[in-house]
Amino acid sequence: MTKIKTIADLVKLRDELQSKQALADSADNAESIIQIKIGMGTSGIASGAKDVMDFLIEALEKRNIEAIVSQTGDMGYSYAEPTISVKKPGKSPIIFGYVNVQKADEIIEKYIKRDELVEGVIPVNYHTIDN
Amino acid sequence: MTKYKQIRIVLNNCGVIDPENIEESIARDSYMALGKCITEMTPQDVIKEIKESGLRGRGGGGFPTGLKWEIASKNHADQKYVVCNADEGDPGAFMDRSVLEGDPHAVLEAMAICGYAIGATKGLIYIRAEYPMAIKRLKIAIDQALEYGLLGNNIFGSKFDFNIELRYGAGAFVCGEETSLIHSMEGLRGEPTIKPPFPAEKGYLGKPTNVNNVETFACVPIIIRKGASWFNKIGTEKSKGTKVFALAGKVNNVGLIEVPMGTTLREVIFEIGGGIQNGKKFKAVQTGGPSGGCLTEKHLDTPIDFDNLIAAGSMMGSGGMIVMDEDNCMVSVAKFYLDFTVEESCGKCSPCRIGNKRLYELLERITKGQGVMDDLQRLRNMSNVIKDTSLCGLGQTSPNPVLSTLDNFYDEYVAHIKDHKCPAGQCKDLMKYFIIAENCVGCTACARVCPVGAITGEKKEPHFINSEICIKCGACMERCKFDAIIIK
Ligand SMILES: Cc1cc2nc3c(=O)[nH]c(=O)nc-3n(C[C@H](O)[C@H](O)[C@H](O)COP(=O)(O)O)c2cc1C
Ligand code: SF4
Ligand code: SF4
Ligand code: SF4
Repeated sequence: MTKIKTIADLVKLRDELQSKQALADSADNAESIIQIKIGMGTSGIASGAKDVMDFLIEALEKRNIEAIVSQTGDMGYSYAEPTISVKKPGKSPIIFGYVNVQKADEIIEKYIKRDELVEGVIPVNYHTIDN
Repeated sequence: MTKYKQIRIVLNNCGVIDPENIEESIARDSYMALGKCITEMTPQDVIKEIKESGLRGRGGGGFPTGLKWEIASKNHADQKYVVCNADEGDPGAFMDRSVLEGDPHAVLEAMAICGYAIGATKGLIYIRAEYPMAIKRLKIAIDQALEYGLLGNNIFGSKFDFNIELRYGAGAFVCGEETSLIHSMEGLRGEPTIKPPFPAEKGYLGKPTNVNNVETFACVPIIIRKGASWFNKIGTEKSKGTKVFALAGKVNNVGLIEVPMGTTLREVIFEIGGGIQNGKKFKAVQTGGPSGGCLTEKHLDTPIDFDNLIAAGSMMGSGGMIVMDEDNCMVSVAKFYLDFTVEESCGKCSPCRIGNKRLYELLERITKGQGVMDDLQRLRNMSNVIKDTSLCGLGQTSPNPVLSTLDNFYDEYVAHIKDHKCPAGQCKDLMKYFIIAENCVGCTACARVCPVGAITGEKKEPHFINSEICIKCGACMERCKFDAIIIK
């Protein structure tokens, strides 16, 4: 990694990362990929988010589904932990609550494979800094 | 911006980015604000922007952040410090932890911006050792920021250096108070000292020190990026921006929420929070933790901001919000917080050390049904003395839960004292288990389950509980299939 020495360096790095992300996010290109994030703040971990993450990584590989599985911070829905967000290329991310291993399995089989919704979706209920 | 009640500014990246990967932060504009400050703004410009944003401290007091930075910037010294207060001692609060775990770079970046503004090159984060995940992610974030040259020496090719270290607290509530926090970092006992001198004049190692809360810092980069005039459009006249609350207690959607200042308690509890669990009736909500007070039905439509909460007899505090329903006994709630205060008082000054203990004893007497009506005036008088004469904020606010429950639930105190009854059915010493003879079929199930043999009666005849023997364990009531056992 070369150090960031000027603001132009930072802008360049940010723009590169953003275009990479945009490619991964949008459908129909070689970089498109399913992105799964697991809420792993202290409360997520305490409710079993680690097991869910381990399961997802293993199950997706076994079932030959290409996806990036990563951790993120607390999504805010303590009442429904563990929570995960699933983003399919070209679609908005969907947040699922109450995700244990069985639920994660159902999410793979139904939502990821066949676009069928499963119970436990937490609707977006906030504005972001951009809208 | 009216579709949803919440807006995520502080929580913008929380639950979105991988906090252990700096590139995910950078992709979402992290360190752009720092770059803008260093390359396009003078320290005075930065302070002016923060002042104009109207940002006030989220650690409890609501002191204007820009003004605090300005004072620190004007105190000259060979070394100054930026301190992030991540002690988060309020029971039930976890906003700061979530921000540090979910978006550590926002706090690091803001500390560097503050350092640039006040002329400090060293930052310290005082964090409780009970937050291992937050500590781990902060360490990773600091290492990555150093590696990318976003912290360290000559940031953005300028002459500005900034380094951040962690300091661990042992989890004493009083160590969240800024003078006490500074003493604790110096290796001294975590006891407060009288202000002035304020930390901005004489803080860590006697040098000018700017102390801000985690959430206060987390607002800073966005203010710089989007401008003060973007930020100060959100909120009320005197409280700008948003506030993160840890919504807890008897509410359906327990969790972390972020709302514009000026949102009402009703919107928070009934819309975002989804109302009270099990269809019960709302009774009160405690804001401000042990320093705050309880708010009731009549406050539900008050817009939440620093000044309105104080006017209503509570305070913003750090953002814990504990919702209570009809089953909560308000005398016990006051007792719970006093118990906490007595435990956490550092003992340096007598009003707090002795006074709070006496308050606790009075409350205990009342919950045992041994109180007298004069106790209520005693509670009030003593509370006022403790508030007026304690050395630090802990003692100055500790009687608030007592005063606000006295104000809002006076009848409940009277019921404990005069009728020896706890209307919420919480105070064990005032409960009596009782069998309604008409409902009892004499199945003997209760007598068999009673651990102390307090229940007598012939088979197929109504049974009877000897309240002298009963230890109020509730086992009989759970067992009775005929709803014959009640608590009186
Ligand atoms: C007993 C006591 C406990 C406190 N605990 C905290 C705390 O846990 N976190 C915090 O940020 N501020 C806490 N404060 C407030 C700090 O003293 C200080 O005002 C604050 O960190 C300043 O930051 P701000 O201006 O950004 O709010 C506490 C104050 C008192 C009196
Ligand atoms: S008010 Fe309480 S916590 Fe504060 S200095 Fe006095 S004894 Fe210590
Ligand atoms: S369990 Fe209920 S019905 Fe049976 S003896 Fe006890 S009180 Fe009566
Ligand atoms: S409450 Fe417990 S001790 Fe009292 S009568 Fe029932 S079972 Fe016995």
